[in-house]
Amino acid sequence: MKVIFKTSYDRDIDLHKDVWSRGRIAALVAVMAALPFLVGEYYLAEATNTLIWALAGMGLMLLVGHSGQVSLGHAAFLAIGAYTDSALMNIGLPFVVTFPAAALAAGLFGALVAIPAVRMSGIYLAIATLALFVIVEEMIIILEPITGGVGGIQAPAIEIAGISFDRYGHLDHFYWLCLTVVVAVTWAYANLLRSPTGRSFLAVRDSEVSARALGINVTRTRALAFGLSCAMTGLAGALMGHYIAFFNYELFSVFISINLLLVVTIGGLGFIQGAFFGAILITAVPQLIAILRGAARDSLGVDIGGMPGLDTMLFAMILVGFIIYEPTGLYGRWLKTKVWFELFPLARRDMFRRQKSYLKTERQK
Amino acid sequence: MSLLEVEDLAIHFGGVKAVDGVSFSVAPGEVFSIIGPNGAGKSTIFNLISRIYKPTRGTIRFDGTEITGFQAHQVAPLGIARTFQNIELFDHSTVLDNLLMGRHTHRSTNFVQDMLFLPAVRRAERAHRRRVEEVMEFLELEAYREKMIAGLPYGVRKVVEIGRALAVGPKLILLDEPASGLSVEESQDVAFWIEDMRRDMGLTVLMVEHDMRLVAQVSDRVLAVANGKPLAQGTPSQVKADPGVQAAYLGTEVAQ
Ligand SMILES: Nc1ncnc2c1ncn2[C@@H]1O[C@H](COP(=O)(O)OP(=O)(O)O)[C@@H](O)[C@H]1O
Ligand SMILES: [Mg+2]
Repeated sequence: MKVIFKTSYDRDIDLHKDVWSRGRIAALVAVMAALPFLVGEYYLAEATNTLIWALAGMGLMLLVGHSGQVSLGHAAFLAIGAYTDSALMNIGLPFVVTFPAAALAAGLFGALVAIPAVRMSGIYLAIATLALFVIVEEMIIILEPITGGVGGIQAPAIEIAGISFDRYGHLDHFYWLCLTVVVAVTWAYANLLRSPTGRSFLAVRDSEVSARALGINVTRTRALAFGLSCAMTGLAGALMGHYIAFFNYELFSVFISINLLLVVTIGGLGFIQGAFFGAILITAVPQLIAILRGAARDSLGVDIGGMPGLDTMLFAMILVGFIIYEPTGLYGRWLKTKVWFELFPLARRDMFRRQKSYLKTERQK
Repeated sequence: MSLLEVEDLAIHFGGVKAVDGVSFSVAPGEVFSIIGPNGAGKSTIFNLISRIYKPTRGTIRFDGTEITGFQAHQVAPLGIARTFQNIELFDHSTVLDNLLMGRHTHRSTNFVQDMLFLPAVRRAERAHRRRVEEVMEFLELEAYREKMIAGLPYGVRKVVEIGRALAVGPKLILLDEPASGLSVEESQDVAFWIEDMRRDMGLTVLMVEHDMRLVAQVSDRVLAVANGKPLAQGTPSQVKADPGVQAAYLGTEVAQ
């Protein structure tokens, strides 16, 4: 087992507790950056998709995992990001302007609707966000001159400083762009969590009454979390638009919202890493099903290609399994496995059994 | 001049007059205790002061400011911190983070600075950490620094909550039954801490407590309440000797 001797407060303030952890992250980013040289177009496109999902997942993770609010309408903020970015590019603005504008539009809209919505909690907030999603969807169809209505909209090819990041012409460039955004957002997110802002999110999540007694303005904190979450999701939406290249409102269906919730729950609520685990799973499962389908057809002569909704059913089954057997998600499982190896052969069977909490009778809202 | 002045405070929940015409004032540097049987309205008085409840009637003044119309989160910045009878900690954070959350009123950076983790953020974090370490040293919590609240024994959690309130750096600290559920030794620690808070930190303490030994040991003055109404006020021995108080406590520890 590794013991870290801390010599100054900075050891706790720093993002990485030791050089190993810093090295691991650096190695991971290096491998990710080298991916275009290692895999073909098909898998690179899949990796790009996974990055975009991880970005959107981080957006929802901040909301659900770290500020304790739920949203069934996050596809709306993906849509706002995608349409803001593409519509502004279509009137001639460069990507370096439209991309931040997408975050700003989604973030401001999110914070604005959050102010009345954050007073709600649980199921009411879920329903309100779902309603919001329906409104945004209708707005997209109504605002045809900007959004292309039902017909859809073209996401123009990205160009920054004369270099093309076109998703089709230069997939490697587009992949690197997505990677850069994801790394930057992850860094900012991790910073947030080690600073007063992140702590205020956790405080509001875990005990509202205590948070208020400590001087935390709960409404404002929740609205900020909502806004930041939506801004991140808006960035993901903009990239998703470019990834798909031509899209209409159907790209942002309610199933996207649900899939995003799956990403954060299966990945592991309350951990940034969870968004990545979840994104990998959600983008890998359809591939896996395609492979299974092929195998079933070739070896058994059974065609399950005609069974629609198989992915959704599989996802749902995985989700139910996780909620019952591993509420801390994939990331939680990973942590436990790591500890088990570190302690080997000392690990005990019941090591991770949850401690019975004292009863919180009279607990105040 | 008194630090906290409560005048004719009352709150009714439907038909229940949980607090009904309570007045008292706490001088700076004083340890003031509120006693009374279960359901007397003691915690409700705390919730009124920390503005979780809105009073039906009456006023609360702190340090010359009338806070009756304040929102709950506006109270801590004035210098009022509190604990809860049923421990309200942030269960999924460490002891260290819980105490750091107590530093909220002293934050000097905004969320943009935080996201970029600018040098100002690091400087502020170091300062918060130094302050929190002092509190941990005072309450001997160092051994639990990195432990999650959810796995800690009850007694430790109670102390962590006191620590979080101290991390606020308040003028007035409200302790709701700080010794309930603690062993005799742990209660004794609480008594010493309260004396140190007053003597070394210059704090004013307002406490709700059942343990009459602790109350008598540390309090300058005591207010007894029953059914939301004040029964008696004075030094611990005066209040203990009051016939109304003895009647209200019949069969409980005070009467013994
Ligand atoms: N939020 C509330 N709604 C309704 N009744 C309440 C509420 N809070 C407290 N009460 C009632 O007020 C009375 C005093 O409660 P409390 O202040 O908790 O007593 P204690 O003196 O034991 O701390 C009790 O009868 C309780 O049921
Ligand atoms: Mg009480």
